[in-house]
Amino acid sequence: MFYREAGDFKTSYADDNQTFPIRFDRVRYYVVLAVAFGIIPFIINDYWANAVFVPFLIYAIAAIGLNILTGYCGQVSLGTGGFMAVGAYACYKLMTGFPEISIVLHILGAGFVTAGVGVLFGLPSLRIKGFYLAVATLAAQFFLVWLFNKVPWFYNNSASGQISAPERTVFGVPVTGANTDAWAKYLICLVFVVVLAWLARNLTRGTLGRSWMAIRDMDIAAEIIGVNPLRAKLTAFAISSFFVGIAGALFFSVYLGAVEVGEVFGINKSFLVLFMIILGGLGSIFGSFAGAAFLVLLPVLLKNILVGQLGWATDLAAHIELIIVGGLIMVFLIIEPHGLAQLWRIAKEKLRLWPFPH
Amino acid sequence: MPEQLLFAVEVTLNGLMAGVMYALVALGFVLIFKASGIFNYAQGVMALFAALTLVGLQNGQIPFAHLINAIFGTKLHHFGWHMPAVLAILLAAGVMVILAILVERYLLKHLVNQEPIILFMATIGLAYFMEGIGDLMWGSDIKKMDVGLPQGGSFWIEENTQWLGFGNENFYGFFLDQLDIVATVIAAILVAGLVIFSQYTKQGRAMRAVADDHQAALSVGISLRFIWVLVWSIAGFVALVAGIMWGAKSGVQFSLSLIALKALPVLMLGGFTSIPGAIVGGLIIGVGEKLFEFSIGPLVGGATENWFAYVLALIFLVFRPQGLFGEKIIERV
Amino acid sequence: MKMKIATLAVGAVMAAAPAMADLVFPSLSYRTGPYAAGGIPFADGYADYFTLLNERDGGIGGVPTRLVECETGYNTEKGVECYEATKGEGSLVYQPLSTGITYQLIPKTAADGIPLHTMGYGRTSAANGKVFGNVFNYPANYWDGASIAVNHLLDLNGGDIGGKKISLVYHNSAYGKEPIRTLEELSKKHGFDFKAIPVDHPGQEQKSQWLQIRRERPDYVLMWGWGVMNQVAIQEAANIRFPMENFIGIWWSGSENDVLPAGDGANGYKSLALHGTGSNYPIYTDIQKFVVDAGKAAGAGDQIGTVLYSRGMYAAMLAAEAVKKAQAIHGTGDITPAQMRDGMEALEISAETLEANGMPGFGPEFSVSCENHGGPGLGMVQQWDASAQSWSLITDFIGSDKDVIGPLIAEDSAAFAAENNISERCN
Repeated sequence: MFYREAGDFKTSYADDNQTFPIRFDRVRYYVVLAVAFGIIPFIINDYWANAVFVPFLIYAIAAIGLNILTGYCGQVSLGTGGFMAVGAYACYKLMTGFPEISIVLHILGAGFVTAGVGVLFGLPSLRIKGFYLAVATLAAQFFLVWLFNKVPWFYNNSASGQISAPERTVFGVPVTGANTDAWAKYLICLVFVVVLAWLARNLTRGTLGRSWMAIRDMDIAAEIIGVNPLRAKLTAFAISSFFVGIAGALFFSVYLGAVEVGEVFGINKSFLVLFMIILGGLGSIFGSFAGAAFLVLLPVLLKNILVGQLGWATDLAAHIELIIVGGLIMVFLIIEPHGLAQLWRIAKEKLRLWPFPH
Repeated sequence: MPEQLLFAVEVTLNGLMAGVMYALVALGFVLIFKASGIFNYAQGVMALFAALTLVGLQNGQIPFAHLINAIFGTKLHHFGWHMPAVLAILLAAGVMVILAILVERYLLKHLVNQEPIILFMATIGLAYFMEGIGDLMWGSDIKKMDVGLPQGGSFWIEENTQWLGFGNENFYGFFLDQLDIVATVIAAILVAGLVIFSQYTKQGRAMRAVADDHQAALSVGISLRFIWVLVWSIAGFVALVAGIMWGAKSGVQFSLSLIALKALPVLMLGGFTSIPGAIVGGLIIGVGEKLFEFSIGPLVGGATENWFAYVLALIFLVFRPQGLFGEKIIERV
Repeated sequence: MKMKIATLAVGAVMAAAPAMADLVFPSLSYRTGPYAAGGIPFADGYADYFTLLNERDGGIGGVPTRLVECETGYNTEKGVECYEATKGEGSLVYQPLSTGITYQLIPKTAADGIPLHTMGYGRTSAANGKVFGNVFNYPANYWDGASIAVNHLLDLNGGDIGGKKISLVYHNSAYGKEPIRTLEELSKKHGFDFKAIPVDHPGQEQKSQWLQIRRERPDYVLMWGWGVMNQVAIQEAANIRFPMENFIGIWWSGSENDVLPAGDGANGYKSLALHGTGSNYPIYTDIQKFVVDAGKAAGAGDQIGTVLYSRGMYAAMLAAEAVKKAQAIHGTGDITPAQMRDGMEALEISAETLEANGMPGFGPEFSVSCENHGGPGLGMVQQWDASAQSWSLITDFIGSDKDVIGPLIAEDSAAFAAENNISERCN
C-alpha cells in the first residue's frame, strides 16, 4: 500500500526516466543512505565491520562490475578472481611505490590498471561467444594468479610471497593497516559503493548501457542497427574490470590487509561472484546487492544461529549450512527463476496494485 | 635416438593418458548438456559423492553416523561388513540413479523451459547441497579407494622399451601408469557403450531426439522426464567411474570435486555437445599441457599446466568458435 | 557427543555470563572443506587436552579453561570472521592454522594485544622477537625444517652430500616456496645440486613433475605439500618406484591421511616430526580415563594418537604451560591476553615439564626469550611402516643450521620492521 499511486501522470521525460519512479522507493533510497551514512558508522563495531558490512560492500562492487559485463552485455566471465587480483596487486605496487599520494587515488589507479588488463582479455570476445567465452576469462584467471605467484616483482621480493597493506590515511584517519577503526573501514567502502553504484546505474541507462543490452539480446541484430560490437564489448570489459579492480584493491587493502593470491583470488572467487549476480538477478544493480547479501550474510547468519544460539558442533553446523544455502538457492529458483531482483520487482508490482489487483 | 626426443615421446604418451582421465570427467558434462542444455556445475561434486558412496558402502560405514551420534548420543560407526567391490559399484550406481530421479522430480521438473543460465544456477545450488550431504553422510576424512585396480608403472612396458635408448643410460624405458592404461580401456568401453546405446536402442534414439529438439521429441510421444532421468543416471555413472579413477590416485576426499576444473578446458575445446569432442579435446589438452610443461615450463618456473590448458583451448577457439566438434553456430536475425 | 552438545550449550550460556572467571582458548578449526582431514585431528587434540585439564586438574591453576571453537574451513575470510567473533571473549592465544589467516592476524593481534602462536607454520621471521612482539612460532619453523631435512641427509651420508642431487617438490604458494631460499643457501654451503619443482594447486595431476623426477633421478626428494597434493605425490612416487626412504616430507606432509591412500606403496616414506607420535605416552591413559570414558572426547573421538592429534595436543600443552608461567609471573589465576604474552615469552619446557604432563620426550626442551620467539628449531624424522600402519621415529631431535637461517630471519624481519615502522624491542 506504500506503493499506491493513482496512475501514470508523468509530464516530462525527466520524470519518466528517473531511477526510482515511485515516491516510496525514492524516500526509501534516501532513508537507506541516511542510515548507512548517519547511523551505522556510529554504532558499528569490529565484528560487524569485518565480518558483515565490509565484505558485503566489497562483494557488491565486484558483483556490480560483473553484472555490467554478464548481466548487461551478455559476456560470461569467470575471470573475476584474476581481475580482483590485478586490482589488489596494482594497489599494492602503487601504495608502496608512491606512499605520498592518497590511497583513494591508488585504489582508483588500480581500477584503471585492471580495466586495461580486462580489455586485453576481452579481445577474444569479438570472436568467441556464450559459454565458450568463459575459456578466455578462465585463461585470464589462471594465468594472472600464476603470474602474481611467480614473479617476485609483484610482491616486492618479500620472502613470504604475501602482500600486506601498510597503514595509509584519508584526512588523517587510517583506513588501511591494523589500526583502522571499524567505522573508517566501513565508510571508505561505503563511499566507493555509493559512487560506483550511482555510476553504474547511470551508465547502464545511457547510450553505452543501451548498446550493451542490444549486444546482449542479439549481437548480430545490434550490429545491423548500428551498434559497434567492438566498442560495446570492449567498453563493457573495461568498465566491468574497473569495478572489479576497485573491489580487488579494497578487498586487499581495507578488508584483509594481507593477501596471498592463490588462496584469496582463486577460481572459487570467480565462481562466487558469478553466483551472486545470477542469484541476485542478471542485469540489475539491486540484484548485485541482493546476491552479495545472500551469499555473504546468509552463511554468517546461519553460523551464528546454529553454533552461537543452538550450540551445535561447528562441523555439523558447517555441513548443514551448505545444505541450507544450496537448498535455498534451488527453492528460490523454483519460485522465481530470474533471481532475487525479480522477486523484489514482482513484490513491488503486487504492492502497487494492492488491494485491488485488477 | 637422442634422449630428449625419447623423453618427449614419453611425456606425450603420458599426456594422452592424462587426457583420457580429463575426458572421463568431461564426458559427464557433455551427456547432460547435450540432452538438456544444462551446464551441470555439480558434476564434480557428483563424482565425489559417487566415490564416497562407493567407499562407504564397501566399508560398511553407517551414513550420517556423525549426525546420529551427535543427536542421540550413540556410538555408531560401521555396519561391520566388507562388501565386494563389484557389488559396491553396482549399489553406488544404484544410488546415483536414485539421485537422478530425485533431481528430476524435485528440481528439473519445475524448471522446464527456463534459460540455460538459470538451469546452470540450479546446479550450483545442487552442488552446494550435495557437498553438504556428502560430508554429512560419510564424513570428511580421506578414504582409500580399493576396488582392485592396478597401480604403479608397468614393468613390462619399461623393460620392452628400454632398447629404444640404444644403451643410453639416462633412458630407462617408457613409464606408463597401469592405472592410466586401465582408465583408457574403461573410457574406450564407456564411449563404445554410449555410442551403441544411443545408436541402436530405443531409449538411445529417444535421447538423441531430445537432444536435437525438445518440442519435436515431445510431440512424437517421447517422455522428456524419463529421458532426463536416464541422462542424469548415465552421467551419475560416468561420475562414479571418474571418481573411482581419480580417487585411486589421491584417496577419496573433498578435493575430488575439484576435478571438474580439469574438465572445463576440455569442454571448451571439444565442444559441449560432442562425445568424441570430449575425448579428442581431453587428449589434446593432456598432451599440450604436458609437452608445454616439459619444454617451456622450466624456462618460466614451472607449474604452467593449469593456465596453459586454457590458453591452448583459447587458441583453438579463436579459429573455431564453436569448439572442435561443436555444432556450427548459425545466427539469424 | 550428546554430552558435547550439552557442554557447548552450557558454554553458550556461560558466554552470556562473563562474570565467571575462565581461561578462553579460541580454536580456529577447519573440520570442513578440502583440508578437513588434517583439521579434524588437530582440533580434536587441541580440545581434548583442555578437557583433560578441566576434568583432571580443574583447569589451570584452579581456573577452568573454556574452548571456543570456530569453523574456518581453511578460508581466510571465514578466519577473519572467527577472529572478530571470538576476540571479545577474552581469548588468550590464537592458533590460526593456516598461512593465509596467520598473515591476516599478525597485524590485527598486534593491534588488539593478543598473542599469536603459529607452531610449525606461518611467518618464519616471526621467530625474531625483537620485531614481532606478540607472534611466537616455537619450537621450529619452515626454514628450520629445510635445514633439519638436510642435516638428516648429512647424517645418512657421513657428513658429505656434495654432488648429490636434491629436488624439492612444493605446493606453488607462499607456503610451498618457504624452504627454497634456505635450501639454496644450504646447497651453496654443502655443495649439493638443488632443484625446485612446483606443483600447482590443488595438485591432483602431478604426472609432469614425477616424470621429471624420473628423468633426472635425484638422490633425494623433499616435499612441501598440503592437502590432496600429499596423497597424489606419495602415490606418484610409488608409481615411478622412487625409493621411498629417500623421499622426505615436511611435518604437514606426514600424517596418516597422507600415506594411507597409497597403501603399501608408501612404505618407508619419511617425514619430519615436530613432536612424538603414537599412543605410547602416559598422557593417553589419562585422556582415556578422563576424556574418552567420560564421553567428552571432541569430534568423533576416533583420531586419538594420530600425528595431527598429537600436534593439536602438543600445541594445547604449550599454551597451558605458558598460562602457568603467566599465572606465576603475575600472581593471578585469571590472566589477560597481555599477561599470556608475557607467559609465552618466559616459557620454559624442560624434561621435567614434559614428564609431569605425561609426555616424556614428546617435544624438545627449550626456553623462549624476548629475542627468540622461534624456539630451538629442533625436529625429528619419522618413517611410515605400511604393514603396521604406523609412524615410528627413527632419529632423535636434529638441530637446524642457525648460521644459515639466522641471517635470513634477520633480513626478512628487518624488511618487515622497515615497512611497518616498528622499532626493535628487547634492548
